[in-house]
Amino acid sequence: MPTKIEKDAITGRDTTGHEWDGVKELNTPLPTWWVYTFYACIVFAVVYAVLYPSWPWLSGHTTGLLGYTNRTQLTQDLGEQAKGRFKFVDRIRTASFEDIRKDPELFNFALAGGRSAFQTSCVQCHGAGGAGSKGFPTLVDDDWLWGGKIDQIYRTIQFGIRNTNDNSRQTMMPRFGADQLMTAAQVAAVTDHVLSLSGKGKSTPEGAKLFQDQCAACHQATGKGNQEMGAPDLTDGIWLYGGDRDSVYRTIFYARNGSMPAWSERLDPATMKMLALYVHALGGGK
Amino acid sequence: MIFRHATIEKNVILMLVLTLITVSIGGIVQIIPLFTIESTIERVEGMRPYTPLEQMGRNIYTREGCYLCHSQQIRPFKDEVERYGHYSLAAESMYDHPFQWGSKRTGPDLARVGGRYSNDWHVAHLVSPRAVVPESVMPAYPFLAERPLKYDDVADHLKALRMTGVPYSNEMIAKARADLEAQVNPDADPTDLLKRYPKAVVGKFNGESPQVTELDALIAYLQMLGTLVPISNIPPERLRQ
Repeated sequence: MPTKIEKDAITGRDTTGHEWDGVKELNTPLPTWWVYTFYACIVFAVVYAVLYPSWPWLSGHTTGLLGYTNRTQLTQDLGEQAKGRFKFVDRIRTASFEDIRKDPELFNFALAGGRSAFQTSCVQCHGAGGAGSKGFPTLVDDDWLWGGKIDQIYRTIQFGIRNTNDNSRQTMMPRFGADQLMTAAQVAAVTDHVLSLSGKGKSTPEGAKLFQDQCAACHQATGKGNQEMGAPDLTDGIWLYGGDRDSVYRTIFYARNGSMPAWSERLDPATMKMLALYVHALGGGK
Repeated sequence: MIFRHATIEKNVILMLVLTLITVSIGGIVQIIPLFTIESTIERVEGMRPYTPLEQMGRNIYTREGCYLCHSQQIRPFKDEVERYGHYSLAAESMYDHPFQWGSKRTGPDLARVGGRYSNDWHVAHLVSPRAVVPESVMPAYPFLAERPLKYDDVADHLKALRMTGVPYSNEMIAKARADLEAQVNPDADPTDLLKRYPKAVVGKFNGESPQVTELDALIAYLQMLGTLVPISNIPPERLRQ
């Protein structure tokens, strides 16, 4: 029980009046700035609770006077962004590739947009700047699997390669060894012939004949390949899956059927057009 | 006055009752909203329980701690939506036990990674991330390609999940093993599997090994992520909370 409130001689403050065996307690109030900040926080919380969604209720929650939600905010943000880009994006969507290239301002916008989309969606396989890696084609040279004309590139981006999209580019290299279409010795003979096409090693008559029977339908008799089928040129010394004897042998034995997603399922037409222009301009566009 | 400090502190029973009341209020505030959690899950089509193979892949995803660097939650912000695709819906993780939303992105978000890359890419990338993405800091997981998937208990996994509320049917549990093997065998007839689990991606993901490997399961799971709900067909008004 408080006994006697007195003034402390040293600090000049009152004591609380409590005393324990001669020890007395000073009555030091909270600093004023702290108390008012605390009250301000309470007021802020009340205002926030009224304006924004906050209290859970039996079915749902209070929506707040402002009616704010992240999702409507996002729709608004995206709408504003589309308005800002409308001037260019709309023209890219409707104009032909030829017309876009003729308009320097529009072409520049498309290249910048294409680069940014490329960095989001394409670099993971095709590498930074389109350098590619084993199994994933480089886009900076003029060696194309499915054609390097702008329309062909656009189509590849839209529908992809060997995926489940109905318009996807679909061809299948047989697994000559694994499915026993050829014996291991025959695969080895064809390997020698394929290597000889780019001036490495010597072909055998057996290998040449097998190549004509089994491979020429897609890769052509000369080995020059066929872009309609996505069959690569075997004479140019450019190898997607490695050009050493072992890799080529594995390619023929197990087959290689690389695939690419259909980007029309994820990107809008203007973005894909910008991508096609960007990839075409990387260096190898025909 | 009954509520004076001096009174309460000298009366144990009164103090006990008042303590209980105070703690209950705190509890109610935390628990009551959970009864209404159903109302926060959007009613959308397409969600189905994970296939046995996807679920086993999910277990590996959890085991390897992928969630420590990869989130599975695209927030409704402009920059995220532009990079990863449509924002995640609550409905899309309603069969997640435990959920893998994550809270840190050292790597990219994976909520919509399904179908974004080819199976070959996933194999190359998981075995050696630097082979395809030179600037990557992700650890390599080559052992996944060699370890056979242990799935003799796959039906038990589905049963356990059913107890937590995932609607696996008796048929799904009975056929769990067969479904798992069918999904990883491109030569098998997938009709049955696809009837039970629409949109399941069938394939021998890890072509290097004739066995069902842990890599097969993990890739099957990754290729499904974010692909179940046909999100572009849903009018935005229906997603307004």
